[in-house]
Amino acid sequence: MTTAPPSLSSTRPPAAQVGAIAWLRKNLFSNWFSALLTVVLGLLLVRTSLGFLTWATTTAQWAVIPANLPLFFVGRYPVAQYWRIWAIVGILATLSGLSWGILSRNLAKLFDRNILIGFGVAAAIAVLIPAPIPYRILLLALLGLVLASAWIGRLVGQRMPQLGQWLSLGWGLSLLVVWWLIAGGIGLPGVRTNDWGGLMLTMFMSVTSILLCFPLGILLALGRQSKLPVLRWIAIAFIEVIRGVPLITLLFVGAYMVPLFLPGGIRLNQLLLAIISLTLFSAAYLAENVRGGLQSVPRGQAEAANALGLNSVLATILIVLPQALKVSIPTIVGQFISLVQDTTLVGLLGAFEMLGISRSILANPSFIGRYAEVYLFIGAIYWVLCYAMSLGSRRLEKQLNTTH
Amino acid sequence: MTLSNDGSEKIPFWRDDRYVRIAVQAIVVLILMAIFSFFSGNMFRNLEQQGRQFNFSFLQQGAGFNIGETVIPYETNSPYYWAFVVSLVNTLRLILVGFIATTIIGVVAGIASFSDNWLLRKLNLAYVEIVRNTPLLLQLYVWYFAVFFGFSDKGTVAELPGSILVSKKGIVIPWSNGSPIAWISAAALLIGAIAAFFIWRRRIKIMEEQGASGQREFVALLSLGIVGLLLFLFGLGWQFPRIAASGNVEGGLRMSLEYGSMLAGLAFYTGAFIAEIVRAGIQSVSKGQWEAAKALGLQPASSMRLVVFPQAMRVIIPSLSSQYMNLAKNSSLALAIGYPDIFATSQTSLNQTGRAVEVILLIMAIYLTISLIISVIMNLLNKTVQFTER
Amino acid sequence: MRKWNSTLLAVSLSVAALTACAAPTTTTTASPAGSASPAAGSASPAVTGSPGRLGTILSRGSLICGVEGTIPGFSFVDSSGKYTGLDVDVCRAIAAALFGDPEKVEFRNLDSTARFPAVASGEVDLLSRNTTWTASRDAAGGNGLEFAPTTFFDGQGVMTSKASGITDFRGLDGKAVCVETGTTTELNLATRATEAGIKINEVKFQDSNAGFAAYQEGRCEAITSDRSQLAAKRTALPNPDDNILLEDVLSKEPLGPVTVNNDSQWFDVVRWVTYGLIQAEEFGITQANVEQKIQDKSPDIKRFLGTDGDLGKQLGLAPDFMVNAIKAGGNYGEIYERNIGAGSQLKIDRGLNKLWTDGGLMYSPPFR
Repeated sequence: MTTAPPSLSSTRPPAAQVGAIAWLRKNLFSNWFSALLTVVLGLLLVRTSLGFLTWATTTAQWAVIPANLPLFFVGRYPVAQYWRIWAIVGILATLSGLSWGILSRNLAKLFDRNILIGFGVAAAIAVLIPAPIPYRILLLALLGLVLASAWIGRLVGQRMPQLGQWLSLGWGLSLLVVWWLIAGGIGLPGVRTNDWGGLMLTMFMSVTSILLCFPLGILLALGRQSKLPVLRWIAIAFIEVIRGVPLITLLFVGAYMVPLFLPGGIRLNQLLLAIISLTLFSAAYLAENVRGGLQSVPRGQAEAANALGLNSVLATILIVLPQALKVSIPTIVGQFISLVQDTTLVGLLGAFEMLGISRSILANPSFIGRYAEVYLFIGAIYWVLCYAMSLGSRRLEKQLNTTH
Repeated sequence: MTLSNDGSEKIPFWRDDRYVRIAVQAIVVLILMAIFSFFSGNMFRNLEQQGRQFNFSFLQQGAGFNIGETVIPYETNSPYYWAFVVSLVNTLRLILVGFIATTIIGVVAGIASFSDNWLLRKLNLAYVEIVRNTPLLLQLYVWYFAVFFGFSDKGTVAELPGSILVSKKGIVIPWSNGSPIAWISAAALLIGAIAAFFIWRRRIKIMEEQGASGQREFVALLSLGIVGLLLFLFGLGWQFPRIAASGNVEGGLRMSLEYGSMLAGLAFYTGAFIAEIVRAGIQSVSKGQWEAAKALGLQPASSMRLVVFPQAMRVIIPSLSSQYMNLAKNSSLALAIGYPDIFATSQTSLNQTGRAVEVILLIMAIYLTISLIISVIMNLLNKTVQFTER
Repeated sequence: MRKWNSTLLAVSLSVAALTACAAPTTTTTASPAGSASPAAGSASPAVTGSPGRLGTILSRGSLICGVEGTIPGFSFVDSSGKYTGLDVDVCRAIAAALFGDPEKVEFRNLDSTARFPAVASGEVDLLSRNTTWTASRDAAGGNGLEFAPTTFFDGQGVMTSKASGITDFRGLDGKAVCVETGTTTELNLATRATEAGIKINEVKFQDSNAGFAAYQEGRCEAITSDRSQLAAKRTALPNPDDNILLEDVLSKEPLGPVTVNNDSQWFDVVRWVTYGLIQAEEFGITQANVEQKIQDKSPDIKRFLGTDGDLGKQLGLAPDFMVNAIKAGGNYGEIYERNIGAGSQLKIDRGLNKLWTDGGLMYSPPFR
């Protein structure tokens, strides 16, 4: 395999030639092996794309997608309450725009070329999707909202740099508002969990369980490092057992065995049971991620804290843990992304998250046999979602990077 | 020191660290015990009220269902425990081959991200980003329905390069005929490979320490290689699959499309994660190492193989353990595309016997054992890699 | 040393706790199974005074009904987000009989492995989910369920392509057959194959869509499932007429609503509302004419619709429970036609599911 050292290219002398031919020669046909690779890969690529395009334009019947668009996104959520979902998306768009603006207040340029291209593509998709016109306008407005709030966030952030600390509070508060908007109560008509579905349910399950798993996961991580043998063993046993079995078995335990464990007659909400299983599962993984972070914090930090008179509990909470968590951010985001994907398993157990609702749509006599179209469509949604998150986390990581 | 002697008398026991520790641990254990006995008590009460029992006697009963693909003999009326064993073998067959395949894919893709071929780099990036960001379940559907069914048309047998025959029934690859001579050749190949490894080590050692040319060893290696190649080509009794007059495919090793799709799906999914680990591992090797290798006159490919990659291994191997565990656990998705693994059998058994608690406990224990074995082996491997550090 | 001391102490303390807790557990397990009270499973004393599951449901104010959620014609979510299908309509009728409102029902999706634990644990009040009535599922020592009257008489069939040349079950010898796992389908196929002395290569799928797709792709020469499902899915094939349903019926599949054992009051409600739908068709009472039929002079119909007698009270329901149930989605015949019969895209022939007066098996004991 021909390989080049990473980032050594900057030390090479500048290329003498310019132009397309030179670029091709350097990047695609630098030697016989590279040329062979290019030809083989190129042929494969062309053949696959041609095959896919032929199928997508001739055989495929895409009518199933626009007809069931609301189902894919919010499941059986009552139509009269759709405005609540739009409100949630609006709040989240504003907050992400603001955070983005405030965090990148020190960058020379807020909207670089890649970002503008990204927004252009998103806007084109928003215009072209086969949704009713008002929805398309709303989508465009949302994109505008993100851009506008990013711009405002940057302006405000430059004036008041301390504002950044309030962002996390804002996100925390928004979470409560989002929960209230989805479930209802206090002035809004309630919507039963049974009627939640689609992408909304996927995101709800993932976000809720990743947040709930934090306290338990951190306790487990600390427990695993504890000097008390019994605590350590319990933490190790929990982490290893949960990490050692497939998630689907945990979901099974949650859905069908937990009711057996409870006194007769007590019935827990099915969604709650799924979230409990997902939370226990994520807690074990989070514990390992945080442990990695804890190990990376130099011992001197804890010792210095002790020397300042903090006892070991305070030293852990105030000094060691924050540093450990910061180091673990990328792995935690990675974990979150896999969690979003893992929620498909809850669909196998009958919940109407994105995969579950797709299976139900495929049972509609009007759409029997359209599985390829449906699965490709939700696959694309998962990809956009997860890829956006991993891109976002990489940017965040860069901006939070304060190492010397 | 004198102070602490006096002071220890005065500290009340609830502030004495030793007692507090014991008390905290005892309390935690007590709470856990209470929760556990509460749950299990409820479970037995509930099961009893529903007129069900808790025991594993059903494992002795006849299963009454078929398992589509078996390596060891299985009959419709074999007992449940045997059905579990047979499908466990299927699972192990999947994950063991999966480990090898995913390692190769991951390492190749990880190194390919440093290639100077633009197309390869971009395709590699697309592979990693698409595979990591979509659910495995959907990927398995794509592998099964789009890729593996796409090789051949309905009712026909397609031939892929390398004498591989594919139809909707399965893939047949060239394989040894399994004659005694083939076994002897295989054993000879293995011994030859071990011998070659030691000669190689010795050659490097004497070249380094005594400044010898190593010519003798080189000749030995070369002749071993030629003998090995001949043995490989002619001794193993290769059997090429061919289409018989009846239209069926004869000879070769047959594997089902379900197995192939599971293997490809798992290997490429886990491979994308391993690729990232390998990439990070290579990047973690300091730039000075590249430059030093270059200064010694090594080609980029050789620097990667001889200098950088061995150092990257130390970063890579600890992270691989959890990827292998993920692969093993993800194999439980096999049911989605019809491969009869242990989880599929447990689902059928659960449905036919109604023994939800027993079957779930059994299946969890089996996967836990597999995971523990993986983690023990990887820890051992990790130790050997780390040991050679200095 | 100190570490070990503390560990030992902790362990010994916990062992003491274990033995203390174990005692009550063993005494409960020792008590005979038959003594379990039917009220088990009700958390709070029923507001309405009726014990058991029925009281729980009435005080909760809604019925929880387990459905499959992905079976064409029987239960699925239509494009407007509403549950639709024959199984669903049965749930709605029962909810209407209980509360006078067919919308007071919550649906839970259950896959084939999840359904029995869900009923047993009280997760759902009722299963209306293409569940085959078998002895072992009904028996207290088996799955411990109660089966209400059959709402659809099905049979396991085999579909194969005309091109394959297979004409009967024996023709499947050595062939691959796609099966959906976790159902009786799997067991029936194995049993019939053993009887016929043939060897079948089973390919099992969790998702019936996947199984069907694999058949369509040619992975299997044949696919086996309930005949109604085969008929439904056949309509989706590019050339439906190139595929045939074999004459052989591998099994009897009476499908109907299911409740948990040991609660006959609740079971009776489900049983008699279901019978009521069949009886209504026999009486000629439809969704459209039920209001007029209340004035009907026939003593049978008066008793049936609750204008005479106290059938409703005896069951623990309102006197006009059947009026509400019929208003919800019509009688059995209407439900059938709308969801899977001539009025739907599936157009499944009524066959065995005709009324007994028309030569079918649908027969309700008298409402007296």
